[in-house]
Amino acid sequence: MSQKVKILDYGLGNLGSIQNMFKKLGIAAEITGEEAEIEKADKIVLPGVGAFDEGMRGLAKSGLAGILSRKILEEKTPLLGVCLGMQLLTKESDEGKEKGLGWIEATTKRFSFAPNNELKIPHMGWNEVDICRPDDLTKDLNKSGENARFYFVHSYYVECENARDVLLKTSHGIEFDVAFRRDHIMGVQFHPEKSHRFGMQILQNFYEL
Amino acid sequence: MLATRVIPCLLYQDGSLMKTVKFKSPSYVGDAVNAIKIYNEKEVDELIFLDITATAENRLPDLAVIRQIATECFMPLAYGGGITNVEQVREILHVGVEKVSFNSAALNNPKLITETAKAFGTQCVVVSIDVRKSIWGKYVVYGDRATRSTKENPVEFARKMEDAGAGEILLTSVDREGTWEGFDLELVEKVSNAVRIPVIAHGGGGTLGHIRDVVKLGKASAVALGSLVVYQKKGMGVLINFPKPKELRSVLS
Repeated sequence: MSQKVKILDYGLGNLGSIQNMFKKLGIAAEITGEEAEIEKADKIVLPGVGAFDEGMRGLAKSGLAGILSRKILEEKTPLLGVCLGMQLLTKESDEGKEKGLGWIEATTKRFSFAPNNELKIPHMGWNEVDICRPDDLTKDLNKSGENARFYFVHSYYVECENARDVLLKTSHGIEFDVAFRRDHIMGVQFHPEKSHRFGMQILQNFYEL
Repeated sequence: MLATRVIPCLLYQDGSLMKTVKFKSPSYVGDAVNAIKIYNEKEVDELIFLDITATAENRLPDLAVIRQIATECFMPLAYGGGITNVEQVREILHVGVEKVSFNSAALNNPKLITETAKAFGTQCVVVSIDVRKSIWGKYVVYGDRATRSTKENPVEFARKMEDAGAGEILLTSVDREGTWEGFDLELVEKVSNAVRIPVIAHGGGGTLGHIRDVVKLGKASAVALGSLVVYQKKGMGVLINFPKPKELRSVLS
């Protein structure tokens, strides 16, 4: 049963790397900005690198808002937001003026540390995650016996309003949410495509949902 | 908690990986793509790939090679070598590279750093600073693969680059490079204390103890390795390798 995975091209993000990791898993994911192709999707990945407003405007300009709403909100196609993609799913962000998609009850906030705090922003590098509740998206992450860790690079973080939506957390000065799921709408703050076997597990799990 | 990044830094010349000592006497290490496949299998944190003759030879970044390497990396990749404009940066990022590194451009055209940061974010901008110590003990920034002395001192230059939009500094001690003698702790600490952005220490890393010292004493945010990850041991043959995660954890925690 081969699923059609479409990686949304709306002008932002390093799409090739995500496609590449799917390819390594034996999954042919297509990068597309075409409505007709997105229509066929069984699973959709919303990538993103850059600023919040840029992302929302990119989505608006792409003309894909309609098909995306239909696929996600009506047909309930599983959706995985990655990094900025995850943040665009929230209601709004400290980073920008535009409203987010609001498909998850969450907001995006800026990291803010006291001036004498040595912690750097952006949160950049490898960090371990805590598993908050079991879920098929995040299963088998610790199967190798090592604590799951991922590559992060972001200056803003998502804060979910409902604890039950939170799958994974990490800490950088504060503890914060790094993976959420509400039914078919999912988001991860880290870059699975740059997180070796841990990222591969996430993408594999997403495909198998 | 964020782990300290330990990053193979690979030097590319004439189609192959090379290794220099104090930026001189390049010796052949092997095929770049094969080496990178191995580092990827070893799940290294990140990789820095520098085309060290692109600028001197007035060459453009070789997108075909960069693309090939990017497809082998399931970890972040930084590319440096011969980047002179923002369009090239766009193309390089597009083929699957996370960060670009500027060395000559930082000295000759710092506006490019600002342009790149504005267009793609500071997190993708690395400024690479090569430093030698003068006979009077002063640290001086060098350009053109350590052949040209500049008037810059590394602390002020790093600050300037941070202001210009650099997201990270790759700080290389030319005098220690390839020597296995340990990082220049004084240099690294001076620069790390002067900027808020991460400093990646490079040049001289020969043992786990050196890695520990440059992080704990030198205050480096990350460590780049050369000789240690391409040779079996000092004075011995090529072996693409990487310290075991357990070993790194024991010195870095």
